Amino acid sequence: MNSLRKLDAKAIIISLIGFAILQGLLTADILDNFWELNMILICINIILAVSLNLINGYTGQLSLGHAGFMAVGAYTGAVLTVNFHTPFLISIIISFVTAAILGAMIGLPTIRLSGDYLAIATLGLGEIIRIVIMNVNYVGGAAGFMGIPKYTTFAWAFFVMLFVVFFIKNYVNSSFGRACIAIRENEIAAETMGVNTTKYKVLAFMVGAGFAGVAGCLFGHTFYIVHPSSFTFLASFNYVIMIVMGGLGSITGSIAGAFILTTVSALLSAWPELRMIIYAVILILLMFYRPQGLFGNIELTSLPIFKRFKGGK
Amino acid sequence: MSILLEAKEVSKMFGGLKAVSNFDMTINKGELIGLIGPNGAGKTTAFNLFTGVYQPTTGVINFAGKSLKGMKPSQITQRGIARTFQNIRLFSELSVLDNVKIAYHTHLKYNLAEAVLRVGRYMKEEKRIEEAGRELLKIFKLEDKADEIAKNLPYGAQRRLEIARALATRPQLLLLDEPAAGMNPQETNELMDMIRWIRKEFALSILLIEHDMSLVMGICERIYVLEYGSIIAHGLPEEIKKNPEVIRAYLGGEA
Repeated sequence: MNSLRKLDAKAIIISLIGFAILQGLLTADILDNFWELNMILICINIILAVSLNLINGYTGQLSLGHAGFMAVGAYTGAVLTVNFHTPFLISIIISFVTAAILGAMIGLPTIRLSGDYLAIATLGLGEIIRIVIMNVNYVGGAAGFMGIPKYTTFAWAFFVMLFVVFFIKNYVNSSFGRACIAIRENEIAAETMGVNTTKYKVLAFMVGAGFAGVAGCLFGHTFYIVHPSSFTFLASFNYVIMIVMGGLGSITGSIAGAFILTTVSALLSAWPELRMIIYAVILILLMFYRPQGLFGNIELTSLPIFKRFKGGK
Repeated sequence: MSILLEAKEVSKMFGGLKAVSNFDMTINKGELIGLIGPNGAGKTTAFNLFTGVYQPTTGVINFAGKSLKGMKPSQITQRGIARTFQNIRLFSELSVLDNVKIAYHTHLKYNLAEAVLRVGRYMKEEKRIEEAGRELLKIFKLEDKADEIAKNLPYGAQRRLEIARALATRPQLLLLDEPAAGMNPQETNELMDMIRWIRKEFALSILLIEHDMSLVMGICERIYVLEYGSIIAHGLPEEIKKNPEVIRAYLGGEA
């Protein structure tokens, strides 16, 4: 079992080396500002995809309101930083808490719904959040909240992303995650095995929403402005597409999905009229040839090549 | 002998339909009891009432001296009632071992922070249930299939896994819903031996629903007969076999 921790340590070391290389390339100006921005966006989207995967992929509750929670985090962070001058880390933490509380408030009444009904309810609630923000003058209303300092560097985005990925990974590999997976597989059997399904569904909703808030906070501090139009249901769909593409129930898949889709839209940014077509073609082909997503529910660490590192049982 | 489960005048209405009416039953500690009756008599409804899937319309169910009124199935499982399902409900996409591990859920003692940080307690507890799970699978001759996906197991093995999973919740009372369904006589005989052995080894009470009369008459100490939601007879297997009411219910009236 100690090999588990060794594997964690190795993964962290590899991530740090990767970070050092990328940061080096940025400092040496080999990667320009455009790519720095996209690398930050990739990290933010990975946080969103992995946290949404906890709700949709592991717990099996189709939520279409992720952009709403992201908006809550973005505005909370922006207000704190601009109006209350809190340090960035504190803004991030409070964004987590606010979005998580809202996630629980929305989760409690809606989790008795299942499947399509839950999807529609969360879709609606995500839109409500956006419309409410649009009509609150304190946060700038429809014009958006301006004058946010650009605190989000690649380093911030990367390390917060690393934290979230490890958090979710360890979450799903504990009794908490097993409870979520049991709910997805067979809710009645899960309840009969002593799993309080309501509690674990709300908990997954809270954690997922909270990290969406964190991603929102990072996002808000990237562009000097947050605007309600960044958090429409189309944005929510975008994150669902990422996790479906990567494979529901695979963290590796979510990371890959977020990475690929963000990179594709960055590469195609010069041809905006072609972008959505190519995007759509990729998805259609994927659903045709690999409907379970790139990784299905398999993790990179369970592939044969990684088994050698784990050693015997 | 002390009473473990006691149902008093329990009724369950679905709209105008009385699925179970004035149902009385007592199960003592360590007893092995059969519940039989024609299709649609309300046997599974009774199970669902005992496990909290349904709430009784009227009447009370006490378990180990406490009322089960208003409790969720998960709370009832934590109190010590475990069950299997007539139509197998495994976590079919998960491995055999994971199926059992989930059932240890209520016996794990670490919190969210300990799980995320993977501190010593998390490691120790996970190791403990991994070992306990494999140990349990060994009893059910599933140890070499521990890493297989549950839905790929043969039917008989799936039934065994469901019983193993129910036992992992460490119940005082085990409810088996047609454990021998779809089994051949050879498998049924093995199952009978296993049920007897489980009861002794785990010091349980068992209530089972079964249509296979050789199994019911062979191992049950007392039998309840249900028809149209009411108990029409209850007693020793010998008495039940000769009871004219029971014969009428199963073979039809003389008229």
